[in-house]
This record gives sequence, structure tokens and C-alpha cells, in this order.
Amino acid sequence: MMAVILWTDALVWVLILTIVAYGWHVSRHAHLAVPWRRVTHSPGGMSGLVVLLLLVLVGLLDSVHFRFKVDSPDTKTKTAYSTEVQSLLDVAAGHLRTRPEKTYSAPLATRSFAKELVESAEGKSLREFPRLRHGGSHLKDEALQQRDVFVTCLRALALALVAWCGVAGLIVLLVARHEQQRVADMWGEVWRGETAVPWRAVLSTLLALIAAVFTVTALSVDYHVFGTDKVGQDVLYLSLKSIRTGLVIGTLTTIVTLPFGVFLGLAAGYFRGWVDDVIQYGYTTLNSIPGVLLIAAAVLMMQVVLDTHADFFPTTEQRADARLLVLCVILGLTSWTGLARLLRGETLKLAQLEYIQAAHAFGVGHLRIIMRHILPNVMHIVLIALVMDFSGLVLAEAVLSYVGVGVDPSMKSFGTMINSARLEMARDPMVWWSLASAFVFMFLMVLSANLFADAVRDAFDPRARTDFRPWRLRMPRLPKLVKS
Amino acid sequence: MAAQGANVGTTDWGEGGMTGYLIRRCLYAVLILIGVNLLTFTLFFKVNTPDDMARMQLGAKRVTPDAIVKWKAERGYDKPLLYNDQAAGLARLTDTLYVQKSAEMFRFNFGRADDGRDISREIYGRMWPSLALAVPTFIIGLMVNITIALMMAFFRATYLDFIGVVLCVAMMSISGLFYIIGGQYLISKLWNLVPISGYQGGFDAARFVILPVVVGVVSGIGSGARWYRTIFLEEIGKDYVRTARAKGLSEVTVLFRHVLKNAMIPILTGAVVVIPLLFMGSLISESFFGIPGLGSYTIDAIQAQDFAVVRSMVFIGSALYILGLLLTDLSYTLVDPRVRLE
Repeated sequence: MMAVILWTDALVWVLILTIVAYGWHVSRHAHLAVPWRRVTHSPGGMSGLVVLLLLVLVGLLDSVHFRFKVDSPDTKTKTAYSTEVQSLLDVAAGHLRTRPEKTYSAPLATRSFAKELVESAEGKSLREFPRLRHGGSHLKDEALQQRDVFVTCLRALALALVAWCGVAGLIVLLVARHEQQRVADMWGEVWRGETAVPWRAVLSTLLALIAAVFTVTALSVDYHVFGTDKVGQDVLYLSLKSIRTGLVIGTLTTIVTLPFGVFLGLAAGYFRGWVDDVIQYGYTTLNSIPGVLLIAAAVLMMQVVLDTHADFFPTTEQRADARLLVLCVILGLTSWTGLARLLRGETLKLAQLEYIQAAHAFGVGHLRIIMRHILPNVMHIVLIALVMDFSGLVLAEAVLSYVGVGVDPSMKSFGTMINSARLEMARDPMVWWSLASAFVFMFLMVLSANLFADAVRDAFDPRARTDFRPWRLRMPRLPKLVKS
Repeated sequence: MAAQGANVGTTDWGEGGMTGYLIRRCLYAVLILIGVNLLTFTLFFKVNTPDDMARMQLGAKRVTPDAIVKWKAERGYDKPLLYNDQAAGLARLTDTLYVQKSAEMFRFNFGRADDGRDISREIYGRMWPSLALAVPTFIIGLMVNITIALMMAFFRATYLDFIGVVLCVAMMSISGLFYIIGGQYLISKLWNLVPISGYQGGFDAARFVILPVVVGVVSGIGSGARWYRTIFLEEIGKDYVRTARAKGLSEVTVLFRHVLKNAMIPILTGAVVVIPLLFMGSLISESFFGIPGLGSYTIDAIQAQDFAVVRSMVFIGSALYILGLLLTDLSYTLVDPRVRLE
């Protein structure tokens, strides 16, 4: 086995390490931890975080790549490796990947979607829907399919309930110990939703998630849960692989924007004068070019470069990955203007404040003032921009792939799934399952990211409070339109 | 500090009063347009040379040095970038790629597309379908969003408001592509109400435009209504609103007579910037619904890698955006008399 480190893999893991380091830093500084504690008090934010963590876990499993050794005649001279790059997710979901059908099949189907010429027992050839090679092939009698699915679901749900009880019990036990309360009292508080950290919301989300994961996993052993696509690939597998692409675009792009946005924004706001004029001119110019067109132009250019240096990449995965990274860089280079403008405005205000002028009077250098006195005070804006941009970028990927300037067509992503599903919609009867599962996974990812981002913004930006306190909600009353 | 006005909305006119300020803004706009022009020129001619373009257009099999030279000569790409030492006199500067292909766009002379058609004519013809789709979407969308936001603000901190916000967040989380596909499926395929795609000029256009407009409005509700709701809530928290209530005005009067009027200032000045861009049409929705507007023209050009068209659309789009910035500046000065006093 040979480990393959794709560019995006490396960056993803560096990002994870950075987040861990930041978390450790925050936990040691009380003033940094306060807003994060507010985030943990938001029911929507925490539910979103639970879903996001599951998706991130799938994405991380899919970010460890390697190539298996293959047997070749001249093994003695040198070891040969398969040209196929696999990830941990591919191994874990091996039964999805290695059992293709011939063509379309509906979710949980036992027979193919298209008619085929089949030779019957008597030697006559008939046109009929052939049995699938793998979907439901364990059934002797197809009539039992519904019962089999039902029983499998029930069993999975029962198991999920047991697993959830275990996890929930453990969490409540730990919380009770931390709060120094009796466990029974703690259960009551959680049940009534009286805890500061919304454990009731977290545990309900967890229950739904565990139930869904268990059911889908159990069914996927014998069936294609979300059907198969045109070339017979399992749609569930495609959706799982798309998660990583979405996460990579959503996070790495923002990482690319950070240095430009932060550096230029701070410089413009702090130095003012001609520096400000130049930087403002730069970002207004960049901003005036319609976003999609600028990205399209840049991607078309890069495609030429990648095509002329095809020999640079040993496998298709590595080329697709290089294109993904380039797409992130291009998206980042075209979207740092918003952050720079926000930071410029904030820095303009901060630079006028007395503590900065005091620093000037003490003869502190510019760089030191920016690094020590201004940057920490605008970090909340950077953080909010980081989480708020994520969902927009995931959505943008789908549109760009539709336009034809998104990820490599061989790379599995929500955009490519939707793109190919468009033609399937025109078929009669309709092939709806690829589109539906792209919708479900994408909606889950974007919705949970939106909820979490809102919680972060509410916690870090005191002016933009939008959170609801459910116990303060009233029933709506219609206005009296006629004055009494 | 001429640059500051549009971006921060500061009110520092500098010397020369409002007229002087607006003139300075116009000059600045021209400067930005030149910047855009230079940037796109670098992207399209320096990073991606005409040789690359020729290679891509000719296809891998037919690429010979001769074919490339011929391709370039036919389309006028066989000139030096900035300085032509073969020519005489002023032509040394004008007979170059920059002047012929890029600077000419300031005169709205866009040249020809790869299929030989005149781009300016094409743009003029395709402008109307784009407008027929974009203008109703914009106006109806604005009205629907404001109405919904006003409702949520009226019922603020009730279950109705809460459900509204939850729905908005959920709607924001759905990709625009799904709205289009869903709309086409529901309204055209299932209920057979309007044609699934296509376009006709004249009054027939309405039949084809209704569905894209509905889809465009619905897909914008999530983010739009939520954004306007925050604007309304911000306005409701202000002192004059409390005074109005203290005078004994009903909540309805307060909301419609006072809050709505004042909240329209940020809403409208925010919306002004996109008005000129309506000409560009919508990329995705036009190509899904088969409307022969500028949006689908652009998409087709990107997919066919027709750089002459992409370049022209980039230029027009930027020019319209800059026009929008100017209009925003103007509307700030017109709409809010306080701005002038400071």
C-alpha cells in the first residue's frame, strides 16, 4: 500500500490541526471563550453543528488516500501499485463501490429500470425488466422485498434506539457530574429543555441522525438505497463522495481569501491616504466584473495550463484534485473584496480610538500596532466571514459545475450529480433519485452550515442579534384594523 | 477621498459641493472601467494567448503551425499586444491587439463572435428577452419580499415570526438549480399550465416568462425577506417609533406610516445597484428555460469557449455595475436629505 497525499488532503489536515490549535488557545483564554460559550447556547447552532460534524467525519475519511499494491508478473524487481487512488471511505463503503449494476435502477429496487432482452427457461427471448445483479439479489422470492425492507428497517431502528440511549445516557451522566447534580434531576432538566446548553435539541438531532445512518447502512448491505445512476453506480456512494468536494470548496476557498482580505483591508483602513486609494481602486475594479464571468474566464485559462501539462499528474484523481484546488484558489481570489471592505471600515474606526493613539504616542511601530492592537479586535469579523461564506460556496459549486467551469467532470460533486440528473428528468418514467439524493445531502449540509453560522454571528456580533428565545415567543394576534 | 462615497456611504463631499462630487464620482467610474479593461485584456491575451485560443478552437487533431497562423489572421489576432513596430506613425500604437480588441469596446464595438456574427447586433437583439424576464422578477420579487418581511416584523417575537424565519433559512439552503427543476416539474410537467421552456416575442412572451419569473421570485424569498426583516426590526427599535407609539398611534399606523417609509431608504438604495445589471439577464434561469437572452448567450459562449463574446459580456457587465454604483451614490443624495446637511 502506498499513501497518496493529494494537495487538498494536505490542506484539509493542516486546517484541522489549525482548528484544534485554535480550540486549545481559546480554552486557555477566558475572554476568547465567552462568545464561543454563547454559541453553545443556541439550539439551532448546536443542532447544525451535530449534523456538520457527521458530514466532516465523512469528508475526513475521504481525505486519506492511498494506492493498493497489485500483483504483477515482475513483482520481484519492483512493486506495482494500482492506478486507482482509494480513500478510507472507499474501503469503508466498499460494498457500495464494488457492486455496480448495468444501468438505472430505482431506490431499493430488485429489478432494473430498463427493459432488456432476456432468454427465458424455454429458450424464448423476452423483453422484460431483468433482476439486478446485486440489489435484492439475496431474495429468493421478490414478493418478499417489502417485508424484508420493513424488517431490516425495524431492526436498524431498534439498534439505533439502543445506541442513542447509550450515547444520551453517557452525555447526561457527564453533564450531571460536571454540574454536580443528580443524574435523575439532570434528565428532567434536559427533557424540559431547561439546560443552558440546549441538550434537548442536540439529543433529538442525534436521535434523528443515528436512526437515519443505521437504517441506510442496514439497507445498503442488500439494496441500492438511493438507486443507481446511468452507468449503474450506487447513488448513495456518489452522494457520500460529494460531501468531501463540498466541504473542501467551502473551507479552502475562504482560507485563500483570508490573507488578501485581512492584509489589504487592514492596510487600507490603517494607513489611509494613497494606500487606501490604491487598494480601494483594486477591489472596486475586481468587484465590478460579474463574478461568474470572472471565475469562468479564469477557469478556462487554467484548464489550458492543466491540459498542456497532463503528464504532470500520475493518476486521474490527482489531476481532478489539482483542478479542485485551482478552483478554490480562483474562487478565493475573486471573492476577497467583501472581507477587505468590511475590515477596512472597522479598521478606520478603530484607528481613531484613543488606545491606538496612545500606542502611537509611546512610539509603537505600525506593524506592532496592527498585529497587537487592531488585528485581535477585528478577528470576530474574520471569523463571521469564514463561517458565513461556507454555505454560499457550496451552493456556488453546483452552479459553476452546471455552467461547465466547476470541478473536473470525473470528480464526484453535487454539481456534477445535478448536472447529469437534468437529462434524467426528461425521461419517462422519470429518473428522480439522483436529483433527490443530491438535494437531500446538499440541503442537509447547507442548512446545518447556515444554522451554525447564524449562531456564530449572533454570538460574536452583538449588533446582529437575531436569535429567538422560544420561551418568550407569543401567539400571534391579528391587529384590529377598525379603530374602536 | 473621492473613492469613499459609494462604499461607506460617508457624506464628505469635499470641495465643490454635490455637483463637484458627482463629477468626481463619474471620473472615478471611468478610471475603474479602464482598470477592468486592462485586467480582462491581461487575462484574455497575456495569460491565455491567441495561440492557446486557436489551439482550443481548432481541436487537438487539426493543430498545425499554419492552421494557427491562419486562424489568427482570419480573426485579427495576428497583431502584437501593445506596440506594433511594423506599422508607421500613430498606427504603431493603434494597430495592436489592445486597441483593436480591447479599447474598441469603449466605443461599443465588440467585433465578431467565432461563428462570424456581429456581437453588438446579437446583444441588441437578445437584450429584450432578458429584460422581459429580469424586470418582472426584480419588481415582483422586491414587493413580495418587502410584504413578507413586513408581516414578520409586525408579528415579531411570535410563533408566526419564528416559523417565518425558520422557513426563510430553509429556503436559503436550497440551491437555485432545485427551484428551477422543481418549478419546471410541478408547473409544466405535472400541471401542464405553461410551456416547459422556449420563447416567443410580443405578447406571447408572457406565457413563456411566467414560470421563470415565479421561480426567480420564490428562490429569492429566503434571503431577501430575512434581510429586509432585519432592516425593519432595526428601524422599529428606534426612538421615533417609540414616540409614535407613545402618541397613541396603532401598531398598523406606526408600521406603515413611519417604519415602512424610513426602512425603504436602505432597501431601495441597496436595490439600485442591481437595476442596470438586469440587462445582463440571468445566466442559469435563461439557459434552463431556453430564453434567448444575454444570460444564455454568455453561457453558450463559455461552453463553446468563444472568448470574444465572454470578453464583451465581461466589459458590459462591469460597465453596468459601475453605472449601478453611480446610481447608488445619486440615490443616497436624493433620497435622504440629512446627507446634505452634514
